[in-house]
Formats: sequence, C-alpha cells, structure tokens
Amino acid sequence: MSSGVIQDIVYVIALIGIGIPLGIYIYKVMTGKLTWKPIAALERFTYKVMRINPEEEQTAGRYALSALTFSLFGFGILFALNMLQGYLPFNPEGIEGTSAHLAYNTTASFVSNTNWQAYSGESALSYLTQMAGLTVQNIVSPAVGCAVLFALIRGFQRRESRTIGNFWVDLVKATYYVMIPLSIIVTLLLVSQGVIQNLSAYVHATTLESGAEQIIPMGPAASQVAIKQLGTNGGGFFGVNSAMPLENPTPFSNFVECLSLLLIPAALCFSFGRAVKDSKQGRAIFIVMLVIFLLALIGMTMSENVAAPQFDGVAQSGSMEGKEARLGVDTSALWATATTSASNGSVNSMHDSYTPLAGGIQMFLMMLGEVVFGGVGCGLYGMLAFAILTVFIAGLMVGRTPEYLGKKIQAFDMKMVCLVILTPPLCLLLGTALSTFVPTITDDFTNTGAHAYSELLYAYTSGAGNNGSAFAGFNANTVYSNMGIGTVMLLVRFIPMVAVIFLGGNLAKKKLIPASSGTLSTSNAMFIILLLLIVFVVGALTFLPALALGPIAEFFKTLPTLG
Amino acid sequence: MEEKKSTNTKPRIWIAGLICAVFMTVFCGLIYPLVMTGAAQLTMPYQANGSLIYVEEEDGSVVCYGSELIGQEFTQPQYLIGRPNTGSAAASNLSAVSEDQAALVQERIDWWHELDPENTADIPMDLVTASGSGLDPHISPAAAEYQVPRIARERGMSEDEVRAVIAKHTDGKDFGFMGEDRVNVLMVNLELDGKKIIS
Repeated sequence: MSSGVIQDIVYVIALIGIGIPLGIYIYKVMTGKLTWKPIAALERFTYKVMRINPEEEQTAGRYALSALTFSLFGFGILFALNMLQGYLPFNPEGIEGTSAHLAYNTTASFVSNTNWQAYSGESALSYLTQMAGLTVQNIVSPAVGCAVLFALIRGFQRRESRTIGNFWVDLVKATYYVMIPLSIIVTLLLVSQGVIQNLSAYVHATTLESGAEQIIPMGPAASQVAIKQLGTNGGGFFGVNSAMPLENPTPFSNFVECLSLLLIPAALCFSFGRAVKDSKQGRAIFIVMLVIFLLALIGMTMSENVAAPQFDGVAQSGSMEGKEARLGVDTSALWATATTSASNGSVNSMHDSYTPLAGGIQMFLMMLGEVVFGGVGCGLYGMLAFAILTVFIAGLMVGRTPEYLGKKIQAFDMKMVCLVILTPPLCLLLGTALSTFVPTITDDFTNTGAHAYSELLYAYTSGAGNNGSAFAGFNANTVYSNMGIGTVMLLVRFIPMVAVIFLGGNLAKKKLIPASSGTLSTSNAMFIILLLLIVFVVGALTFLPALALGPIAEFFKTLPTLG
Repeated sequence: MEEKKSTNTKPRIWIAGLICAVFMTVFCGLIYPLVMTGAAQLTMPYQANGSLIYVEEEDGSVVCYGSELIGQEFTQPQYLIGRPNTGSAAASNLSAVSEDQAALVQERIDWWHELDPENTADIPMDLVTASGSGLDPHISPAAAEYQVPRIARERGMSEDEVRAVIAKHTDGKDFGFMGEDRVNVLMVNLELDGKKIIS
C-alpha cells in the first residue's frame, strides 16, 4: 500500500477517533453540563463587563440581533485596523494602511468566516492587524457559527418554548472552552515543527550562491495559523498560505493542520447526536458527509496521479506544478479535498495548477453548499437544512406531513430552509455571470480559454461557499472584484444564518410529536442514501452547466482524440 | 416591571455587542497571541524565530545565510539545484495541462540539458515544475541523485562523497507515511562549501 493511501486512512481514523470525544465535550460545554472553575470565573467577568445577564434567554429575534450587532462591530474594528495600521504599533516594517476597497474585502472575508485573500499578508498587513484584527475574527467567527448551530439544536430539543438560548453565552463558551484551548495546543505543535512566532522585524540574510540580500518575513504566525485551520477560516499569515514553509514546514505540521481543518465540523455531528438524545441521528449526518468526502478524495487523488501531464525526457510522475516537494501529490490532494469540503480555504498547493477534473471536484465540493463538513457550525446547519428538505420531499412522495426529530415541518420552516439552500447558488451564479460582462475582467486572468473562465467561476464559488481558497492566478485585488466578492461573502454568511436562527425559534415553539410506525426514520441507511441523493441532485442541477464551460471543457480538451 | 430589568432590550444588545467586540479584540487579539509568543520564545526560540542559519566565516565574522526552511536560488553546476522557481518567482498558477505550461516545462528541460549535456537520464518531475511557495527548500531524493555526477565532477569529489553529504540532509517521510522523502538543498550546499554552522 502506498504511503499516500496509509496517510489517508490514518487521517480518517484520527478524524473519527478525536472527533467523537471532542463532539461530546463540545455538547457538554455548550449545554452548560461541563464547566471549569478558572474559565467559569473568566466567563462571569466577561458577562459583567458586557452588562448582560447570562441566565436570561433570548427569542429568535433578539438572538439574531445579537449575532448581527456583534458581527457589525467586529467588522468596524477590523476595517479601521486595516485602514489605520500605518499609525499603530506592532508594525516594524512600517506597512501603510490598505486601500478602502481592499479593507472592505478583507473585513467582509474574515467576519464571514471566508478568509478570501485579496491581500498578501507579509506585504500588506502589520502584525497588529494580523493579531488584533484577523486572529480575533478567526476565533470569534467560527464561535458565532457554533452558537447559531446550538440555537437551531435547541429548536429541536425544546417544546412550546419562546426562547432558544442566549447568544452571548453561546459565543463566550465556544470561544473560551473550544477555540482558545484547541488553538493553544495546535500553536505549540506547529512551533515545534518550525512555524514562526515572534514580533521581530524581517530578517535580512545573505544567499549562499550569489551573496544577494534575502528578506525573510517574520511575525506571530503560529498562533494565527492554528486558529486559521481549526476555525475553518483559511486566511494565511503569508500570501501563499500553507505552501509557505514558515507556515507549514514539515509533513507532520501539514498533518496537524490538515486534521485541524476538519476536526470541529466533524465533531459537531456527534455533538448534535448527543444533543437530540439519539446519537444515530448525528452518525447518519456524519456518514453522508464522509461518503461525499471519500468519493471526492479518491477522484482528486486519481486525477492528480493518472491524468497528470507527462513530458518527453521527464520521469513519469503525478502533477507537481504548484506543489511542494516535502508534501508531494497525494498529501496535497488530501489537503485540497479537506479544505474545499470544510469551508476552510487554506491551501498547501496551488489549486489553479491542478488537473482539470481535480479543479472541478474542488469547485463542486464548494458548490454543494459547503455542507460536506463545511464551516464550524454553518456546515452542519447547512446539512440539517438539506435533511429537512429531504424529509419534506419524502413526505410529499407518500402524502404525509413531514417531520424531523419529532417536529412537524411546515410552510415557515421550509421558507427558511430554502433561504439557507438557495442563497449561495444564487449569489454564485449571478456573481459569475455579471462579472463576465465587465470588460476589464479579462485583464485579471493568468490562464486562457476554459481555464480562465474556471478562475472566475472558482472565485465566486469560493466567495459564495465562504471558503476562501482561490485559483490564485486570478487577480482579485481590483475595485470591482473586491466589492463584488466581498458583498457575496457577506450575503451568503448572514442571510442563511438569520434564517437558521428563525428556523430554530419556530421549531422551539412546536409540540413534540411522538414517533409512530408511519414516521420516516432519519437515521437508517435509506435516509442516508436519500439525503446523499438530494445533496447531489440539488448541486448537480444547479451547477453542471457552469462546470461544463470550465473544468469539464478543459478536461475534454486534454483527451488525445479530441485535442 | 420585569421587562425593565431585562438586559435583553434592543439598546442593551447594541451596548453588549460593542463591549463584546472590544473585549474579544483584547483577549483573542492581544493576550492570546502575545502569551503564545512568550511561550514559544521561552521554550522553542530557534523554531519560533525562523530556523535561521548562522555561519562563522574564516575571518571570524558571523553571517546569516537565510533559513533552513526557505529555499534559495542556485544555478551554478557545482551546487545542488532546487525547484525551478526557488527564490526567484512565486507560483506560476498555470493550468497543469495548458500549452503555456508545456512550453515552460520544455524550457526547463532544455536548461537542464544545457547545464549538463552528458546527463541523458530522465529528469525527475520536481526539477521541471514550479513549487507553490516559490521558496521550496527541498527536492526529492531522485532529483538529488540526478545531479550527483555533475556535482562530483565540478567539485573533484567522488560521487559517493557527494551522496554521503546528500544523505545527511535527507529526511524520510514523517512517521514513515506522512508527506514525502526530501533533500534540503541549502543545507547540502552549505556543507559542500564547507561552511561552519554555529546555530
């Protein structure tokens, strides 16, 4: 068995092996069943400073308002840091403030848990902006996702209740008990491998052969890289993200980062099962995600190895363009699959240089709505929206009122589900289509033909999936793209989020219907297959035409009989 | 009366949102990274500061020859040479199957043959494709082996001596299955040049 296959298998085992206990831990923490004195004291202090009463519960409306105000003020602080960094401390390189449109894009990107990089960290941002701006949103934006997920879960747990928890408590607990402790562990693991963590000025070294000056960028990278992976953020400390050796120096650091990026979204499936008192429900959702993930992983690895271009006089090998020698083809393909499944978007190799079908799989994973693990919280609430859609369709087929986890699914619920499922494709396709009308857009491509269109499609796919990875040959730092993609990222983050909160609020008001012999099981193999099909069919119906013009067209061009 | 005491009114939510955003900026944005910086500097200063290579020259001066983790450009035949874009260019971002990419690869193949016309072996793939970072410090063991006869000839060493230096700076897969076997190009060249590394 090749080492690449062994690595894939160990990866999946580690994901499940750590995911289950972590999921149970998150469930206990978020429901207040587990506290630890020092953190509890810090929690109480935080509530006191915020002048809120943690015992007081919120309705869906107040919960949504809290989530939005918090994100809005976070937006303001990060935008200001971007613009004013030239006047602020922790800036040994004297980096100036960014342009307003780039600041808007970067801010939208991090507040929406996307981490699309129109900026290049080492040349555009000061250490203060990286720490007090980006790192903060890296920690709190997944915490917001986690909070909203639990608001939805309470909708299933409760009966005839007006409230769905308290946003501030959910946010603070997710931050203090989950994000920060995991980040500390991963930071130290990464530093031990050689990821930098300092506040020094850039080092001016001498090269061996030519004696030329070599500038080595420095900074507090490890603390940000840790949460960038754990929080499904993905925005690199450096421009080339985790391909940069100072951000990802060894295959072991790579494994840690790659595992971190799926860990919390996978664990939340098991938290969900615990929370609805039926761990089979969480397992069913996890299996659906894992099956799609494995299919994509096999496709990606095959395409990169088998469909790689070969050249006369060069030894046969997989596609190495844009990949690092320490990582190689299989390790890079594993990461590429994980990062586009989770809405992480960090990269350890250049997606633009992947073989056509591998690039197509990356886009398709994002187009499925980032529900194959997806972002922290939002991946699972997206998948639960698909689960509700599945029981709805199944209900229509047999003529019964659909129900999920003992809650009747009615018109209002389905409207919210549609908002969750349809907002991203709408923004994605309209954004791509409108952009093709911008006359200057062709100046921003590196590639030509079908692949140039793929660069544009990938950009809006990434924005509309809150993913953040890129076909980096596309120059996104223009006024048009910064504004366009920035706005898409905000819409696809906050419209579904508010819809999910109101869905949770509406479900909480309902009575519980006891399961009967006519109830559709939502944890057996039949349901798993149905849910898989619904996710695939919605994705395929929406996006096959768009994909046909890009990666699929490019693939057919490589076939010898047609090319 | 109950409603008045509530901390859940709209104005109170706006105030809480503002305070919370500022509080999290201080806690997650200053305390967390600064504490981690302190911990890393105390326990693992070499790694935390970029794995820099300091060399004591013959005249006693100390020179920083870059980082163990950052590749440098080598073009002369007596050196082990890394990925084509190392230290000189970022990723190409070209489609793997495009004509532009094929033309670039052909240029690189020609470059290698010009550098060492005697070597007619197949060139390893990593020597004709660009890395993602543009700073790749490594090449595959096959890519190092491909260059052994040339380096030995240029330096008047035996091939086995060159192989021994390369082997010293070759790392296997981590834990036997993670990533790839790789050779650190800069470390090999520093040793070939007889540089004395002091840290």
